[in-house]
Amino acid sequence: MIHCKSLCKKYGSVPALDRVDIHVREHKTTVIMGGSGSGKTTLLRLIAGLEPPTSGEIRYKEEDFVHMPRKRLYELRESMGMVFQYSALLNSLNVYNNVAFTLHEHTDLDEEVIRTIVTMKLEQVGLRGMEHLMPSELSGGMAKRVALARAIAMDPAIVFFDEPTSGLDPISAGVITSLIHNLTEKTHHTSVVVTHDVDAGLSIADHVVLLWQGCVIAEGTADDIRHSADARVKQFIEGSPDGPIPFSRSTTSYVEDLMHKPGTVRLAQ
Amino acid sequence: MNMAIAACGNMGRRFLRILCRLGDAATLSSASLSLVVNPPWQGRHIVIQMYNIGVGSLMIIALTGTFTGMVLALQGYYTLAKFGSESMLGAGIALAIIRELGPVLGAMMLTARAGSAITAEIGIMRVTEQVDALEMMAINPRARIIMPRIIAATLVLPLLIALFDLIGMGAGYIVGVDLLGVNPGAFIAEMQAKVTTHDINAGWVKAVGFGFLVGVICTYIGYRATPTTEGVGKATTQAVVLSSVGILILDYILTSFFL
Ligand SMILES: Nc1ncnc2c1ncn2[C@@H]1O[C@H](COP(=O)(O)OP(=O)(O)O)[C@@H](O)[C@H]1O
Ligand SMILES: [Mg+2]
Repeated sequence: MIHCKSLCKKYGSVPALDRVDIHVREHKTTVIMGGSGSGKTTLLRLIAGLEPPTSGEIRYKEEDFVHMPRKRLYELRESMGMVFQYSALLNSLNVYNNVAFTLHEHTDLDEEVIRTIVTMKLEQVGLRGMEHLMPSELSGGMAKRVALARAIAMDPAIVFFDEPTSGLDPISAGVITSLIHNLTEKTHHTSVVVTHDVDAGLSIADHVVLLWQGCVIAEGTADDIRHSADARVKQFIEGSPDGPIPFSRSTTSYVEDLMHKPGTVRLAQ
Repeated sequence: MNMAIAACGNMGRRFLRILCRLGDAATLSSASLSLVVNPPWQGRHIVIQMYNIGVGSLMIIALTGTFTGMVLALQGYYTLAKFGSESMLGAGIALAIIRELGPVLGAMMLTARAGSAITAEIGIMRVTEQVDALEMMAINPRARIIMPRIIAATLVLPLLIALFDLIGMGAGYIVGVDLLGVNPGAFIAEMQAKVTTHDINAGWVKAVGFGFLVGVICTYIGYRATPTTEGVGKATTQAVVLSSVGILILDYILTSFFL
Protein backbone atom coordinates (compact mmCIF):
# COMPACT_ATOMS: atom_id res chain seq x y z
CA MET A 1 0.00 0.00 0.00
CA ILE A 2 2.81 2.40 0.93
CA HIS A 3 6.28 1.96 -0.50
CA CYS A 4 9.19 3.99 0.80
CA LYS A 5 12.48 4.01 -1.03
CA SER A 6 15.76 5.15 0.50
CA LEU A 7 14.14 7.72 2.74
CA CYS A 8 16.52 10.16 4.38
CA LYS A 9 15.61 12.84 6.86
CA LYS A 10 18.05 15.31 8.34
CA TYR A 11 17.39 17.87 11.05
CA GLY A 12 20.12 20.38 10.44
CA SER A 13 23.13 18.20 9.84
CA VAL A 14 21.96 15.40 12.12
CA PRO A 15 20.51 12.48 10.19
CA ALA A 16 17.36 11.13 11.87
CA LEU A 17 16.70 8.59 9.13
CA ASP A 18 19.24 7.13 6.76
CA ARG A 19 18.20 5.35 3.57
CA VAL A 20 15.18 3.57 4.97
CA ASP A 21 13.21 1.24 2.69
CA ILE A 22 9.93 -0.05 3.96
CA HIS A 23 6.78 -1.45 2.53
CA VAL A 24 3.48 -1.12 4.37
CA ARG A 25 1.25 -3.97 3.26
CA GLU A 26 -2.46 -3.50 2.82
CA HIS A 27 -4.72 -5.11 5.47
CA LYS A 28 -1.70 -5.96 7.58
CA THR A 29 -0.10 -4.61 10.72
CA THR A 30 3.36 -3.22 10.22
CA VAL A 31 5.22 -2.65 13.46
CA ILE A 32 8.17 -0.28 13.59
CA MET A 33 10.33 -0.94 16.63
CA GLY A 34 13.48 0.60 17.97
CA GLY A 35 14.95 2.32 20.98
CA SER A 36 14.10 5.89 21.83
CA GLY A 37 15.67 8.35 19.43
CA SER A 38 16.04 5.71 16.72
CA GLY A 39 13.81 7.66 14.35
CA LYS A 40 10.48 5.86 14.73
CA THR A 41 8.35 8.96 15.13
CA THR A 42 10.21 10.67 12.32
CA LEU A 43 9.57 7.73 10.02
CA LEU A 44 5.89 7.69 10.91
CA ARG A 45 5.56 11.42 10.26
CA LEU A 46 7.16 11.00 6.85
CA ILE A 47 4.89 8.10 5.93
CA ALA A 48 1.86 10.12 7.05
CA GLY A 49 2.99 13.07 4.96
CA LEU A 50 3.37 15.44 7.91
CA GLU A 51 6.92 16.23 6.93
CA PRO A 52 8.76 15.97 3.63
CA PRO A 53 11.78 13.66 3.48
CA THR A 54 15.16 15.24 2.79
CA SER A 55 15.49 12.72 -0.02
CA GLY A 56 13.91 9.50 -1.13
CA GLU A 57 10.45 8.65 -2.34
CA ILE A 58 7.15 7.57 -0.84
CA ARG A 59 4.47 5.97 -2.98
CA TYR A 60 0.93 5.60 -1.82
CA LYS A 61 -0.73 3.03 -4.09
CA GLU A 62 1.46 4.12 -7.01
CA GLU A 63 0.85 7.82 -6.35
CA ASP A 64 3.79 10.07 -5.51
CA PHE A 65 3.05 10.96 -1.90
CA VAL A 66 5.84 13.51 -1.43
CA HIS A 67 4.89 15.90 -4.20
CA MET A 68 1.17 15.31 -4.02
CA PRO A 69 -1.08 18.38 -4.33
CA ARG A 70 -2.60 19.37 -1.01
CA LYS A 71 -6.12 18.76 -2.24
CA ARG A 72 -5.41 15.15 -3.14
CA LEU A 73 -3.48 14.67 0.09
CA TYR A 74 -6.49 15.80 2.12
CA GLU A 75 -8.73 13.48 0.13
CA LEU A 76 -6.49 10.58 1.09
CA ARG A 77 -6.28 11.73 4.68
CA GLU A 78 -9.99 11.40 5.12
CA SER A 79 -9.29 7.69 5.06
CA MET A 80 -6.31 7.89 7.40
CA GLY A 81 -6.21 8.05 11.16
CA MET A 82 -3.35 8.87 13.46
CA VAL A 83 -2.76 8.40 17.15
CA PHE A 84 -0.05 10.82 18.21
CA GLN A 85 2.56 10.00 20.81
CA TYR A 86 1.17 12.66 23.15
CA SER A 87 -2.45 12.30 21.97
CA ALA A 88 -2.76 15.81 20.48
CA LEU A 89 -6.43 16.17 21.39
CA LEU A 90 -7.94 19.53 20.51
CA ASN A 91 -7.84 21.37 23.83
CA SER A 92 -10.85 23.54 23.19
CA LEU A 93 -13.21 20.62 22.58
CA ASN A 94 -14.54 18.01 24.99
CA VAL A 95 -14.11 14.29 24.49
CA TYR A 96 -17.32 13.93 22.50
CA ASN A 97 -16.45 16.71 20.08
CA ASN A 98 -12.88 15.48 19.73
CA VAL A 99 -14.06 12.04 18.67
CA ALA A 100 -16.82 13.49 16.51
CA PHE A 101 -14.51 16.08 14.95
CA THR A 102 -13.85 14.40 11.61
CA LEU A 103 -17.47 13.26 11.38
CA HIS A 104 -18.64 16.84 11.85
CA GLU A 105 -16.08 18.16 9.39
CA HIS A 106 -16.22 15.65 6.59
CA THR A 107 -19.67 14.07 6.67
CA ASP A 108 -23.28 15.27 6.54
CA LEU A 109 -24.46 12.70 9.05
CA ASP A 110 -27.24 13.60 11.47
CA GLU A 111 -26.10 14.41 14.98
CA GLU A 112 -28.10 11.38 16.11
CA VAL A 113 -25.99 9.09 13.93
CA ILE A 114 -22.77 10.79 14.96
CA ARG A 115 -23.71 10.35 18.60
CA THR A 116 -24.19 6.64 18.02
CA ILE A 117 -20.84 6.30 16.27
CA VAL A 118 -19.03 8.24 18.99
CA THR A 119 -20.64 6.10 21.68
CA MET A 120 -19.51 2.95 19.88
CA LYS A 121 -15.96 4.20 19.45
CA LEU A 122 -15.71 5.31 23.06
CA GLU A 123 -17.06 1.95 24.21
CA GLN A 124 -14.32 0.25 22.20
CA VAL A 125 -11.66 2.13 24.13
CA GLY A 126 -13.53 1.77 27.43
CA LEU A 127 -14.41 5.44 27.91
CA ARG A 128 -18.16 5.53 27.28
CA GLY A 129 -19.74 8.04 29.63
CA MET A 130 -16.73 10.42 29.57
CA GLU A 131 -18.06 12.45 26.64
CA HIS A 132 -18.37 15.67 28.62
CA LEU A 133 -14.79 15.76 29.98
CA MET A 134 -12.28 18.24 28.61
CA PRO A 135 -8.82 17.02 27.52
CA SER A 136 -7.26 18.79 30.50
CA GLU A 137 -9.34 16.58 32.81
CA LEU A 138 -8.00 13.33 31.35
CA SER A 139 -5.02 11.31 32.48
CA GLY A 140 -2.35 10.60 29.87
CA GLY A 141 -3.66 7.09 29.33
CA MET A 142 -7.25 8.21 28.95
CA ALA A 143 -6.23 10.95 26.51
CA LYS A 144 -4.45 8.34 24.42
CA ARG A 145 -7.54 6.16 24.31
CA VAL A 146 -9.66 9.14 23.27
CA ALA A 147 -7.08 9.86 20.58
CA LEU A 148 -7.49 6.29 19.39
CA ALA A 149 -11.26 6.60 19.31
CA ARG A 150 -10.87 9.80 17.32
CA ALA A 151 -8.46 8.16 14.87
CA ILE A 152 -10.88 5.34 14.06
CA ALA A 153 -14.05 7.46 14.08
CA MET A 154 -14.26 7.60 10.29
CA ASP A 155 -13.31 3.92 9.89
CA PRO A 156 -10.12 4.86 8.07
CA ALA A 157 -8.42 2.48 5.69
CA ILE A 158 -5.08 3.02 7.36
CA VAL A 159 -4.26 3.98 10.94
CA PHE A 160 -0.92 5.20 12.25
CA PHE A 161 -0.10 4.61 15.91
CA ASP A 162 2.78 6.34 17.66
CA GLU A 163 3.51 4.48 20.89
CA PRO A 164 -0.16 3.54 21.44
CA THR A 165 0.50 1.72 24.70
CA SER A 166 3.20 3.79 26.36
CA GLY A 167 1.93 5.45 29.52
CA LEU A 168 -1.00 3.04 29.82
CA ASP A 169 -1.61 0.64 32.69
CA PRO A 170 -1.18 -3.04 31.71
CA ILE A 171 -4.91 -3.70 31.36
CA SER A 172 -5.58 -0.69 29.13
CA ALA A 173 -2.44 -1.50 27.17
CA GLY A 174 -3.74 -5.04 26.64
CA VAL A 175 -7.13 -3.76 25.52
CA ILE A 176 -5.57 -1.29 23.09
CA THR A 177 -3.22 -3.92 21.72
CA SER A 178 -6.06 -6.32 21.03
CA LEU A 179 -8.08 -3.47 19.55
CA ILE A 180 -5.29 -2.73 17.09
CA HIS A 181 -5.04 -6.44 16.38
CA ASN A 182 -8.77 -6.66 15.66
CA LEU A 183 -8.61 -3.64 13.36
CA THR A 184 -6.54 -5.63 10.91
CA GLU A 185 -7.71 -9.16 11.71
CA LYS A 186 -11.45 -8.58 11.75
CA THR A 187 -12.12 -5.37 9.88
CA HIS A 188 -9.13 -5.48 7.50
CA HIS A 189 -7.74 -2.03 8.17
CA THR A 190 -4.08 -1.35 7.58
CA SER A 191 -2.09 -0.38 10.65
CA VAL A 192 1.35 1.06 11.13
CA VAL A 193 2.38 0.82 14.76
CA VAL A 194 5.43 2.47 16.24
CA THR A 195 6.39 1.05 19.60
CA HIS A 196 9.25 0.08 21.82
CA ASP A 197 7.10 -2.44 23.66
CA VAL A 198 8.66 -5.63 22.28
CA ASP A 199 6.08 -8.16 23.47
CA ALA A 200 3.02 -6.18 22.39
CA GLY A 201 4.70 -5.21 19.13
CA LEU A 202 5.67 -8.75 18.17
CA SER A 203 2.32 -10.18 19.23
CA ILE A 204 0.32 -8.06 16.77
CA ALA A 205 2.83 -7.69 13.96
CA ASP A 206 2.42 -9.17 10.52
CA HIS A 207 5.59 -7.42 9.58
CA VAL A 208 8.28 -5.96 11.81
CA VAL A 209 10.82 -3.28 10.98
CA LEU A 210 13.58 -2.73 13.51
CA LEU A 211 15.25 0.68 13.48
CA TRP A 212 18.52 1.63 15.05
CA GLN A 213 20.03 5.09 14.74
CA GLY A 214 17.87 5.87 11.75
CA CYS A 215 18.69 2.68 9.84
CA VAL A 216 16.68 -0.50 9.34
CA ILE A 217 18.71 -3.27 10.96
CA ALA A 218 16.21 -6.09 10.66
CA GLU A 219 12.95 -6.77 8.93
CA GLY A 220 10.59 -9.72 8.69
CA THR A 221 7.81 -11.54 10.47
CA ALA A 222 7.66 -11.59 14.24
CA ASP A 223 9.25 -15.05 14.21
CA ASP A 224 12.07 -13.89 11.96
CA ILE A 225 12.83 -11.18 14.47
CA ARG A 226 12.54 -13.49 17.49
CA HIS A 227 14.96 -15.95 15.96
CA SER A 228 17.27 -13.44 14.39
CA ALA A 229 20.95 -14.17 14.67
CA ASP A 230 21.89 -10.48 14.63
CA ALA A 231 23.39 -9.55 17.98
CA ARG A 232 21.77 -6.07 17.95
CA VAL A 233 18.34 -7.53 17.30
CA LYS A 234 18.82 -10.12 20.04
CA GLN A 235 19.88 -7.46 22.49
CA PHE A 236 16.85 -5.32 21.69
CA ILE A 237 14.41 -8.22 21.98
CA GLU A 238 15.86 -9.39 25.24
CA GLY A 239 16.38 -5.89 26.58
CA SER A 240 19.80 -6.77 27.90
CA PRO A 241 22.07 -3.92 28.96
CA ASP A 242 25.16 -5.54 27.45
CA GLY A 243 25.61 -5.93 23.75
CA PRO A 244 26.54 -4.09 20.60
CA ILE A 245 23.97 -1.33 21.20
CA PRO A 246 25.46 1.01 23.78
CA PHE A 247 23.11 2.35 26.42
CA SER A 248 24.98 5.64 26.58
CA ARG A 249 24.95 7.89 23.54
CA SER A 250 27.92 9.98 24.72
CA THR A 251 30.94 10.11 22.53
CA THR A 252 33.30 11.63 25.07
CA SER A 253 34.97 9.66 27.83
CA TYR A 254 32.99 9.48 31.05
CA VAL A 255 36.09 9.86 33.21
CA GLU A 256 37.28 12.89 31.28
CA ASP A 257 33.84 14.47 31.58
CA LEU A 258 33.84 13.90 35.32
CA MET A 259 37.26 15.50 35.64
CA HIS A 260 35.85 18.59 33.88
CA LYS A 261 38.67 18.50 31.45
CA PRO A 262 38.56 21.81 29.64
CA GLY A 263 37.42 21.39 26.10
CA THR A 264 35.37 18.30 26.72
CA VAL A 265 32.70 19.77 28.93
CA ARG A 266 30.96 23.11 28.97
CA LEU A 267 29.06 23.72 32.14
CA ALA A 268 25.84 25.65 31.77
CA GLN A 269 26.33 29.26 32.78
CA MET B 1 40.02 45.74 10.79
CA ASN B 2 39.06 42.12 11.22
CA MET B 3 36.66 43.08 13.94
CA ALA B 4 35.01 45.63 11.69
CA ILE B 5 34.58 43.00 8.98
CA ALA B 6 33.14 40.56 11.48
CA ALA B 7 30.73 43.21 12.74
CA CYS B 8 29.62 43.97 9.19
CA GLY B 9 29.19 40.28 8.55
CA ASN B 10 27.07 39.91 11.67
CA MET B 11 24.92 42.84 10.71
CA GLY B 12 24.50 41.49 7.23
CA ARG B 13 23.50 38.09 8.54
CA ARG B 14 20.97 39.63 10.91
CA PHE B 15 19.56 41.71 8.13
CA LEU B 16 19.28 38.70 5.85
CA ARG B 17 17.58 36.73 8.61
CA ILE B 18 15.05 39.51 9.11
CA LEU B 19 14.42 39.61 5.36
CA CYS B 20 13.91 35.84 5.36
CA ARG B 21 11.41 36.07 8.20
CA LEU B 22 9.57 38.91 6.48
CA GLY B 23 9.35 36.94 3.28
CA ASP B 24 8.18 33.87 5.17
CA ALA B 25 5.56 35.90 7.02
CA ALA B 26 4.31 37.44 3.79
CA THR B 27 4.04 34.09 2.01
CA LEU B 28 2.42 32.28 4.94
CA SER B 29 -0.10 35.04 5.56
CA SER B 30 -1.03 35.62 1.94
CA ALA B 31 -1.27 31.88 1.32
CA SER B 32 -3.52 31.57 4.38
CA LEU B 33 -5.65 34.53 3.40
CA SER B 34 -6.15 33.27 -0.13
CA LEU B 35 -7.81 30.22 1.44
CA VAL B 36 -10.79 32.39 2.35
CA VAL B 37 -12.21 31.82 -1.13
CA ASN B 38 -11.49 28.06 -1.11
CA PRO B 39 -14.12 25.67 0.11
CA PRO B 40 -14.85 24.74 2.81
CA TRP B 41 -16.07 28.18 3.85
CA GLN B 42 -14.72 29.08 7.29
CA GLY B 43 -17.32 31.73 8.11
CA ARG B 44 -18.28 30.13 11.40
CA HIS B 45 -14.69 30.17 12.56
CA ILE B 46 -14.24 33.80 11.56
CA VAL B 47 -17.29 34.70 13.65
CA ILE B 48 -16.02 32.66 16.60
CA GLN B 49 -12.69 34.47 16.42
CA MET B 50 -14.40 37.84 16.12
CA TYR B 51 -16.29 37.01 19.26
CA ASN B 52 -13.16 35.85 21.11
CA ILE B 53 -11.06 38.81 20.05
CA GLY B 54 -13.76 41.47 20.18
CA VAL B 55 -15.83 40.69 23.22
CA GLY B 56 -12.74 39.84 25.23
CA SER B 57 -11.28 43.27 24.51
CA LEU B 58 -14.42 45.34 25.17
CA MET B 59 -13.68 46.07 28.80
CA ILE B 60 -10.11 47.22 28.34
CA ILE B 61 -11.08 49.33 25.31
CA ALA B 62 -13.82 51.05 27.30
CA LEU B 63 -11.47 51.65 30.19
CA THR B 64 -8.60 53.07 28.14
CA GLY B 65 -11.05 55.12 26.08
CA THR B 66 -12.51 56.70 29.19
CA PHE B 67 -9.22 57.72 30.71
CA THR B 68 -7.74 58.87 27.41
CA GLY B 69 -10.71 61.22 26.89
CA MET B 70 -10.50 62.46 30.45
CA VAL B 71 -6.80 63.20 30.41
CA LEU B 72 -7.06 64.83 26.98
CA ALA B 73 -9.71 67.18 28.37
CA LEU B 74 -7.46 68.15 31.27
CA GLN B 75 -4.36 68.64 29.17
CA GLY B 76 -6.24 70.33 26.33
CA TYR B 77 -7.96 72.73 28.68
CA TYR B 78 -4.67 73.63 30.33
CA THR B 79 -3.07 74.42 26.97
CA LEU B 80 -6.06 76.09 25.33
CA ALA B 81 -6.71 78.27 28.36
CA LYS B 82 -3.32 79.90 27.75
CA PHE B 83 -4.66 81.17 24.43
CA GLY B 84 -8.10 81.88 25.78
CA SER B 85 -9.67 79.41 23.38
CA GLU B 86 -11.24 76.90 25.77
CA SER B 87 -14.21 76.66 23.42
CA MET B 88 -11.99 74.67 21.01
CA LEU B 89 -11.66 71.87 23.56
CA GLY B 90 -14.30 69.66 21.93
CA ALA B 91 -12.65 69.90 18.52
CA GLY B 92 -9.22 69.25 20.00
CA ILE B 93 -10.31 66.15 21.85
CA ALA B 94 -12.27 64.76 18.92
CA LEU B 95 -9.48 65.27 16.40
CA ALA B 96 -6.82 63.82 18.67
CA ILE B 97 -8.90 60.76 19.45
CA ILE B 98 -10.34 60.07 16.01
CA ARG B 99 -7.18 60.67 14.02
CA GLU B 100 -4.55 59.37 16.36
CA LEU B 101 -5.17 58.13 19.85
CA GLY B 102 -8.18 55.92 19.18
CA PRO B 103 -6.53 53.82 16.47
CA VAL B 104 -3.10 53.65 18.11
CA LEU B 105 -4.19 52.97 21.68
CA GLY B 106 -7.01 50.69 20.54
CA ALA B 107 -4.58 48.65 18.46
CA MET B 108 -2.09 48.50 21.34
CA MET B 109 -4.79 47.24 23.67
CA LEU B 110 -5.87 44.67 21.10
CA THR B 111 -2.26 43.52 20.88
CA ALA B 112 -1.90 43.24 24.62
CA ARG B 113 -5.24 41.62 25.24
CA ALA B 114 -5.95 39.49 22.17
CA GLY B 115 -2.74 39.45 20.12
CA SER B 116 -0.67 37.86 22.83
CA ALA B 117 -3.41 35.29 23.41
CA ILE B 118 -3.48 34.44 19.70
CA THR B 119 0.27 33.86 19.62
CA ALA B 120 0.27 31.79 22.79
CA GLU B 121 -2.71 29.72 21.68
CA ILE B 122 -1.26 28.91 18.28
CA GLY B 123 2.16 28.24 19.81
CA ILE B 124 0.69 25.79 22.29
CA MET B 125 -1.26 24.10 19.52
CA ARG B 126 2.10 23.55 17.86
CA VAL B 127 3.79 22.25 21.00
CA THR B 128 1.01 19.76 21.64
CA GLU B 129 0.90 18.70 17.97
CA GLN B 130 -2.69 19.87 17.60
CA VAL B 131 -1.69 21.56 14.37
CA ASP B 132 -0.40 18.23 13.05
CA ALA B 133 -3.53 16.53 14.30
CA LEU B 134 -5.68 18.96 12.28
CA GLU B 135 -3.48 18.32 9.29
CA MET B 136 -3.94 14.55 9.70
CA MET B 137 -7.70 15.02 9.96
CA ALA B 138 -7.65 16.69 6.54
CA ILE B 139 -8.22 20.17 7.95
CA ASN B 140 -5.87 22.79 6.57
CA PRO B 141 -4.47 24.46 9.69
CA ARG B 142 -3.76 27.65 7.79
CA ALA B 143 -7.37 27.91 6.73
CA ARG B 144 -8.66 26.96 10.16
CA ILE B 145 -6.19 28.68 12.47
CA ILE B 146 -4.42 31.55 10.73
CA MET B 147 -6.90 32.94 8.22
CA PRO B 148 -9.91 33.36 10.55
CA ARG B 149 -7.81 35.17 13.13
CA ILE B 150 -6.30 37.63 10.66
CA ILE B 151 -9.71 38.41 9.18
CA ALA B 152 -11.35 38.63 12.59
CA ALA B 153 -8.71 41.05 13.89
CA THR B 154 -9.05 43.19 10.75
CA LEU B 155 -12.83 43.37 11.08
CA VAL B 156 -13.05 43.73 14.84
CA LEU B 157 -10.45 46.42 15.48
CA PRO B 158 -12.37 49.17 13.60
CA LEU B 159 -15.44 48.39 15.69
CA LEU B 160 -13.46 48.45 18.91
CA ILE B 161 -11.83 51.71 17.90
CA ALA B 162 -15.20 53.25 17.06
CA LEU B 163 -16.25 52.37 20.57
CA PHE B 164 -13.01 53.77 21.98
CA ASP B 165 -13.59 57.04 20.10
CA LEU B 166 -17.16 57.36 21.29
CA ILE B 167 -16.39 56.65 24.92
CA GLY B 168 -13.28 58.84 24.82
CA MET B 169 -15.18 61.84 23.47
CA GLY B 170 -17.98 61.25 25.98
CA ALA B 171 -15.51 61.18 28.85
CA GLY B 172 -13.81 64.30 27.45
CA TYR B 173 -17.18 66.05 27.39
CA ILE B 174 -17.91 65.17 30.99
CA VAL B 175 -14.54 66.40 32.24
CA GLY B 176 -14.47 69.46 29.95
CA VAL B 177 -18.04 70.64 30.42
CA ASP B 178 -19.10 69.35 33.81
CA LEU B 179 -15.81 69.61 35.68
CA LEU B 180 -13.90 72.40 33.96
CA GLY B 181 -16.91 74.48 32.92
CA VAL B 182 -16.46 74.75 29.16
CA ASN B 183 -19.62 75.93 27.44
CA PRO B 184 -21.47 72.76 26.28
CA GLY B 185 -22.82 74.43 23.14
CA ALA B 186 -19.38 75.57 22.06
CA PHE B 187 -17.86 72.18 22.88
CA ILE B 188 -20.26 70.32 20.57
CA ALA B 189 -20.44 72.99 17.88
CA GLU B 190 -16.67 73.27 17.47
CA MET B 191 -16.42 69.50 17.45
CA GLN B 192 -18.96 69.26 14.64
CA ALA B 193 -17.41 72.10 12.69
CA LYS B 194 -13.78 70.97 12.83
CA VAL B 195 -14.06 67.21 12.41
CA THR B 196 -14.45 66.33 8.72
CA THR B 197 -15.18 63.09 6.93
CA HIS B 198 -11.55 63.11 5.92
CA ASP B 199 -10.51 62.81 9.57
CA ILE B 200 -12.94 60.01 10.18
CA ASN B 201 -11.74 58.17 7.10
CA ALA B 202 -8.17 58.51 8.29
CA GLY B 203 -9.27 56.85 11.52
CA TRP B 204 -10.99 53.99 9.68
CA VAL B 205 -8.04 53.33 7.41
CA LYS B 206 -5.68 53.21 10.37
CA ALA B 207 -8.02 50.91 12.26
CA VAL B 208 -8.22 48.43 9.41
CA GLY B 209 -4.48 48.62 8.77
CA PHE B 210 -3.58 48.09 12.42
CA GLY B 211 -6.04 45.21 12.81
CA PHE B 212 -4.55 43.47 9.80
CA LEU B 213 -1.01 44.11 11.04
CA VAL B 214 -1.70 42.73 14.51
CA GLY B 215 -3.47 39.70 13.02
CA VAL B 216 -0.63 38.90 10.65
CA ILE B 217 2.18 39.39 13.18
CA CYS B 218 0.55 37.51 16.05
CA THR B 219 -0.58 34.53 13.98
CA TYR B 220 2.71 34.27 12.12
CA ILE B 221 4.89 34.36 15.23
CA GLY B 222 2.68 31.83 16.99
CA TYR B 223 2.65 29.50 14.00
CA ARG B 224 6.43 29.61 13.64
CA ALA B 225 7.19 29.50 17.37
CA THR B 226 9.84 27.03 18.45
CA PRO B 227 7.68 24.18 19.73
CA THR B 228 8.82 24.28 23.34
CA THR B 229 7.42 25.94 26.45
CA GLU B 230 10.18 28.48 26.35
CA GLY B 231 9.71 29.04 22.64
CA VAL B 232 6.04 29.91 23.11
CA GLY B 233 6.88 32.32 25.93
CA LYS B 234 9.46 34.06 23.79
CA ALA B 235 7.13 34.14 20.81
CA THR B 236 4.40 35.82 22.85
CA THR B 237 6.73 38.57 24.02
CA GLN B 238 8.08 39.00 20.53
CA ALA B 239 4.60 39.24 19.05
CA VAL B 240 3.60 41.99 21.45
CA VAL B 241 6.80 43.96 20.92
CA LEU B 242 6.78 43.65 17.14
CA SER B 243 3.08 44.48 16.88
CA SER B 244 3.47 47.57 19.04
CA VAL B 245 6.47 48.85 17.11
CA GLY B 246 4.77 47.94 13.85
CA ILE B 247 1.69 49.90 14.84
CA LEU B 248 3.72 53.03 15.52
CA ILE B 249 5.66 52.75 12.26
CA LEU B 250 2.55 52.12 10.21
CA ASP B 251 0.88 54.97 12.06
CA TYR B 252 3.53 57.39 10.87
CA ILE B 253 3.24 56.16 7.29
CA LEU B 254 -0.56 56.36 7.23
CA THR B 255 -0.62 59.75 8.96
CA SER B 256 1.70 61.18 6.34
CA PHE B 257 -0.79 60.09 3.68
CA PHE B 258 -3.74 61.66 5.46
CA LEU B 259 -2.44 65.13 6.30
N1 LIG C 1 12.02 18.47 15.08
C1 LIG C 1 13.24 17.96 15.30
N2 LIG C 1 14.31 18.77 15.28
C2 LIG C 1 15.55 18.27 15.48
N3 LIG C 1 15.83 16.98 15.72
C3 LIG C 1 14.80 16.12 15.78
C4 LIG C 1 13.46 16.56 15.58
N4 LIG C 1 12.65 15.48 15.67
C5 LIG C 1 13.45 14.43 15.94
N5 LIG C 1 14.75 14.80 15.99
C6 LIG C 1 15.90 13.92 16.21
O1 LIG C 1 15.74 12.79 15.38
C7 LIG C 1 16.05 11.59 16.08
C8 LIG C 1 14.89 10.62 16.01
O2 LIG C 1 13.80 11.15 16.75
P1 LIG C 1 12.42 10.40 16.87
O3 LIG C 1 11.98 10.00 15.50
O4 LIG C 1 11.51 11.25 17.62
O5 LIG C 1 12.80 9.11 17.71
P2 LIG C 1 11.86 8.04 18.39
O6 LIG C 1 10.44 8.35 18.08
O7 LIG C 1 12.32 6.74 17.81
O8 LIG C 1 12.14 8.08 19.86
C9 LIG C 1 16.43 11.99 17.48
O9 LIG C 1 17.82 11.93 17.59
C10 LIG C 1 15.93 13.39 17.64
O10 LIG C 1 16.81 14.13 18.43
MG1 LIG D 1 8.79 8.79 19.29
